[in-house]
Amino acid sequence: MASLIPCPHCGPRPKEEFTVRGAALPRPAPNAPVAEWQAHVYLRENPRGDYAEHWHHSGGCRRWLVVNRNTATHAVHSVTDAAGERP
Amino acid sequence: MTSHRLPTGGRLDRSRRVEFSFDGKQLAGHPGDTLASALLANGQRLMARSFKYHRPRGVVTAGSAEPNALMTIGREGRTEPNTRATMVELYQGLEAHSQNRWPSLDHDIGALNGLLSRFLGAGFYYKTFMWPASFWEKVYEPIIRRAAGLGRATTLQDPDRYEKTWAHCDLLVIGAGAAGLAAALTAARAGASVVLADEGMELGGGLLSDPAAWPQLTEILAELATLNVRLLPRTTVFGWYDGNVFGAVERVQKHLAAPSPDAPVERLWRIAARQAVLATGAEERPQVFAGNDIPGIMTASATASYLHRQAVAPGQRTTILTQGPAGFALAAQMEALGLEVAALVSLGDGPSWQGKAPLIRGIPGKAIGGKSLKALQIEGGARIEADAIAMSGGFSPVIHLACHRGTRPVWSDARQAFLAPVEQEGLLIAGAAAGLSGHAACLGDGAARATAALARIGLRATPAFGPAPEDTIAQPPLGALGKTKGKKFVDYQNDVHARDLILAAAEGYADAELAKRYTTSGMATDQGKLGNINAAAILAKARGTTIAEVGLTTFRPFYTPVSFGALAGTSRGHDFQPVRRSPLHGWAESLGAEFVETGLWYRSAWFPRAGETGWRQSVDREVLTVRRAAGLCDVSTLGKIEIFGADAAEFLNRIYSNGFAKLPVGRARYGLMLREDGFIYDDGTTSRLGEDHFYMTTTTALAAGVMTHLEFCAQALWPDLDVRLASATDQWAQMAVAGPMARQILQRIVDTDLSNEAFPFMAAREVPLKCGITGRLFRISFSGELAYELAVPAGYGEAVAAAIMTAGAPEGICAYGSEALAVLRIEKGHVTHAEINGTVVPADLGMGKMVSTVKPDFIGKHLLDREGLTDPARPQLVGVVPLDPAMPLRTGSHVLAKGAEATLENDQGYLTSSAHSPHLGHSIALALVAGGSQRHGEEVVVWDGLNDAAIPARLTSPVFIDPKNEKLHA
Repeated sequence: MASLIPCPHCGPRPKEEFTVRGAALPRPAPNAPVAEWQAHVYLRENPRGDYAEHWHHSGGCRRWLVVNRNTATHAVHSVTDAAGERP
Repeated sequence: MTSHRLPTGGRLDRSRRVEFSFDGKQLAGHPGDTLASALLANGQRLMARSFKYHRPRGVVTAGSAEPNALMTIGREGRTEPNTRATMVELYQGLEAHSQNRWPSLDHDIGALNGLLSRFLGAGFYYKTFMWPASFWEKVYEPIIRRAAGLGRATTLQDPDRYEKTWAHCDLLVIGAGAAGLAAALTAARAGASVVLADEGMELGGGLLSDPAAWPQLTEILAELATLNVRLLPRTTVFGWYDGNVFGAVERVQKHLAAPSPDAPVERLWRIAARQAVLATGAEERPQVFAGNDIPGIMTASATASYLHRQAVAPGQRTTILTQGPAGFALAAQMEALGLEVAALVSLGDGPSWQGKAPLIRGIPGKAIGGKSLKALQIEGGARIEADAIAMSGGFSPVIHLACHRGTRPVWSDARQAFLAPVEQEGLLIAGAAAGLSGHAACLGDGAARATAALARIGLRATPAFGPAPEDTIAQPPLGALGKTKGKKFVDYQNDVHARDLILAAAEGYADAELAKRYTTSGMATDQGKLGNINAAAILAKARGTTIAEVGLTTFRPFYTPVSFGALAGTSRGHDFQPVRRSPLHGWAESLGAEFVETGLWYRSAWFPRAGETGWRQSVDREVLTVRRAAGLCDVSTLGKIEIFGADAAEFLNRIYSNGFAKLPVGRARYGLMLREDGFIYDDGTTSRLGEDHFYMTTTTALAAGVMTHLEFCAQALWPDLDVRLASATDQWAQMAVAGPMARQILQRIVDTDLSNEAFPFMAAREVPLKCGITGRLFRISFSGELAYELAVPAGYGEAVAAAIMTAGAPEGICAYGSEALAVLRIEKGHVTHAEINGTVVPADLGMGKMVSTVKPDFIGKHLLDREGLTDPARPQLVGVVPLDPAMPLRTGSHVLAKGAEATLENDQGYLTSSAHSPHLGHSIALALVAGGSQRHGEEVVVWDGLNDAAIPARLTSPVFIDPKNEKLHA
C-alpha cells in the first residue's frame, strides 16, 4: 500500500510516485583523495533511526528531494528540494 | 432438518426467493441471507470437511472470522475458492461447492485421517518427512499438497473488472456498529469529511443482531445519509500503513448475479485519513472442549445473528454454554421467541435466571454426534439431548489494525483480553474494540473518541451520545475444559487441538511465534481470529506462566484475504503495461515489418519481402542494400533530451568523460557517460544546435535512466549551473538514412546543400525540408556508411519516411530494421550495451582517448585510475572470426587459448555480439577478451558449451569494414 510523502512542490503524494536513490551525501571535492571518493561511492551507513536520502519525484514534478526520515518508524521529518539544501 | 427458518422476523425480504445450489443441490433463500444463513435455513449444517482430519464441520461464526465454512463459489472464470459462506451474500443462481472432500461431503475417505490422528500431531511433517532428502520434492510434497484441505484456484481468465482508487478524509471510521456509527455521526455533524467502512453487507454491526436497537439504527443511518459521509458497506479495511493511509477492499458487485461490465466487481481503496477511529468490535471466543467442532455448535453471538437477522433457529433444542451473562441474554431471547432451550450451562458466575430452561452450573465434558450434534455430556454430570450449542467464552477485541504498524498488544487483567493502546498517532480505538461492552456504552465511547480525534486536527465536535455504563463483566479465557479424552479444537481451520499445543510446549516450542509454526495454530485464511487467545491460555498453563507472558503472534496486513484481482486492479492483460509505438510504426507496418519488443517499445526488426523464406534472408538483403545503395531505419526509440541554458556546455562537460565545452554550434559529438565508479553508463551523440541549446540521444533502454541521471546532476550536484532539461523522445520521429547513395537521395528531400563541404561528417543543424517543414539533420553513422539521421516532428514522421522511400526508389533504397542495424554496427565494430555491460571502462573498448586528462572534474573521473581498472590484462574489445568460414559464432560463447581445457580458470572472455556478415560471407563477433587489444591475429578456440562446439577462431581488430573511415567521410 502507500504512504504519503509531502513533496515541497506538489504537496502530499503517494510514495509510488517517487524513486529512492539512497543516502544524500555531499559529493567530494574534485581534488579529494581517492580514498574519500572510494568511501563516497561504496561505503554507506545503515542506521536504525534518522536518515537523509535523495528521492526523485519521478512521477511528479521530477525534482530531486532530500527526504529526512526515520528508518525504524518510517516517519518523514522533512522533505526539501535538493537544490536548496545541499548536503 | 435440524435448523429452520422462523415464520416471522429477521431483516429479510421474504417476498422474493433467491435460488442457489450447494454441491449441485437446488436450494432457495431470500434477499438478506448470507450463503451460510441460507444453508442453515435449509437444514444444511454440514458445510465443510476439516483441513487435516476431514472432520465434518458447520459454521461457528456469522462473520469474517469464520474458520470452517470455506467454499468454492461461482463458476468458470469467476470461480473463487476458500470464500467464507458467512460473508457471501446470496444471489440468484449462486453456485457453491464444498471443498476438501472425496468422493462427497457426506462420504469423505479423507476422514480416515482421524483414525491416524495420533501420528498426525504437532510437528508431524517436520518429524516424518525428513529423509531421504530426494523424496521431498518428488514424493512427500505432492502427497501433502493433494491432501491439504483448501480449494483450488481456477486457471481461467477472470471476466470481471477491478479498479483502484484514493479517498481523503478528516476521519475514517472502521466498523459501523454502535461505536462506529456514533463516531461517524459525531464527526459528520461537526462538518468533518467522514468515510465509514464496514465489512458487512449492511451497516449496523452488532446492532443488527438486536431488534430492540433497530429503530435507533434506522434513525442514525437516515441522518448519516444527509451528511458529508461516504458510506462504504461491504468494505473491509485490511491494513494500516505509513502516513495514516489505510487499505480497503470494497466488494462492489460480488453480491450480484450479473455484475455490470460498466463497474468493477471489487475496488481497492487507499484512504488517506487525517484521523481514524477503529471501531471493529470484538470476537466471541469459542470454548475448548471435546467434540467442540461438531456441526450445530457455534458461538452465542453467531446464534443471535442468525436468529435475529435471518430468522434462522440454530436447532430444535439448543444448549447454551456460557461464561458470564452473554448466554443468559441469548437464552431469554430464544425462549421469548418460543424456541426450546435444552439447558443453560453456566461456567462460573452468572446473573439470576428465571427462564424455563434448567440452569446447570458445570463444565462441558464432551459433545456427542457425527455430522450433526446429538447431545452434550456435562463433565461428571447429566447428558443433555440437544442438536445445537451456543457457546460464549468471553470476548476478544478486534485490534489487528491498531497493531499493523508495530504496536504490540498488551494483556489487560481488567478486561481479560489483549488490548492495543487506545490512543495512537492518527488512530483512536472505540467501543468493543477497546474492550467495552453494551450498545449504550459503545455509542457513548464512539462519540467521545470521534470528538477527541477531531480535536487533534483542530475541529470542534459535540458528542452525539453521552457516556453510559457497560453491561457485562470480562470473562477469562479458560483454555481446554474437562478431563474427557477427545479432540478439543483450538484452531478449527488448521485442526489444531489442545493436545497439539501441550505437545509443542513440551517439545520446547511454547513461545507464541514458535508454537504457531510448529502446530500451524493461527495460520491460514483466518489467522487465528477465534483460536489465538485460547491457544495462548493453553500454552500459558503448559508453561506455568500467564497469558500476558505468552503473548500473541504479530498482526500483519491483510486482516482478511484480499483477491489478487483487487490488488492487480486494471494492470492486467492488454493494460498490464503500456505499449510504446514509434511515430514510424504505421509506416513500418505498411511495409510488412516484423516487430520485436524492446522494453515497452515495438521496434521494426526486419522487412520481409515476397519470396524470402527466413529472417536471415531479409536481413542479409537489407544489410547488402545499405552497403551498396541506401537504406532507411527507424531510430525514433532512441532517448532524446533537449538541454538548454547558459551553462549547458559546462554541464555536458561534467557529464561526459570527453570534452564538450568547445563543441562548435552545428556539430555533433559522440560522448561517453561514466558512472561515478568509473564504469561506462551510456554512450550516444549530442549535438550543439545553438550556443545554449544541445540535443542529446541516449540508448533506447536508458532514455529514462539518463534523464534521471542528468536531473540529479543538475539539481542535486550542481544547482548553481544554469541548465534546463526536457525529454523529447516522443516529440521527434528520427530516421537513419545510410549508404553510399544516402546523400543524393536526401538531397531530393532536404532544401539545403548536403555536399561534403557544406555538410561534413558530424555536422548537425536544423534544415528546411522541401515539403515546408523544418527538421534536424545529423551526419552521424552507426552503420559505418555515409549516413544521416533526420529528425522531424513526430506527426510528420510517416509522411517524411514515405517521401524518402519514394525519392530513393531509383537507387533501390530499402527499409531496414533493428536486426540489420545490429549486423551493420557489428561489422563496423560499434558497441552497444551488449559490450557496455556495466563492467567496462573506456580503455577496455579502445576509447581510452575519450577520457579527458585536462578537465578538472567529470562524473567518473576520480575512481577511473584505480589499479584494477588500468590492468593491461583486463578484458578488452576485439573482433573474432572463425578459421573455417562455414562455422557460426554464437553470442555468449567463451574464448579459450588454443589447446586449453574448457575450465573456469582457462576462461579468457566471451563473445558479446555476433552476426553473419553478408558483406564478408562468414560469421563475425565482438568479444571482451583478456588483454585482447594486444592479441590481434592470435588463434584461439571459441567454446560454446550449450551446443557442445569448440570452434577454431582468430582474434582481430573489432572493425571489419572500412577501418580508415573512408565511407564515413565520403
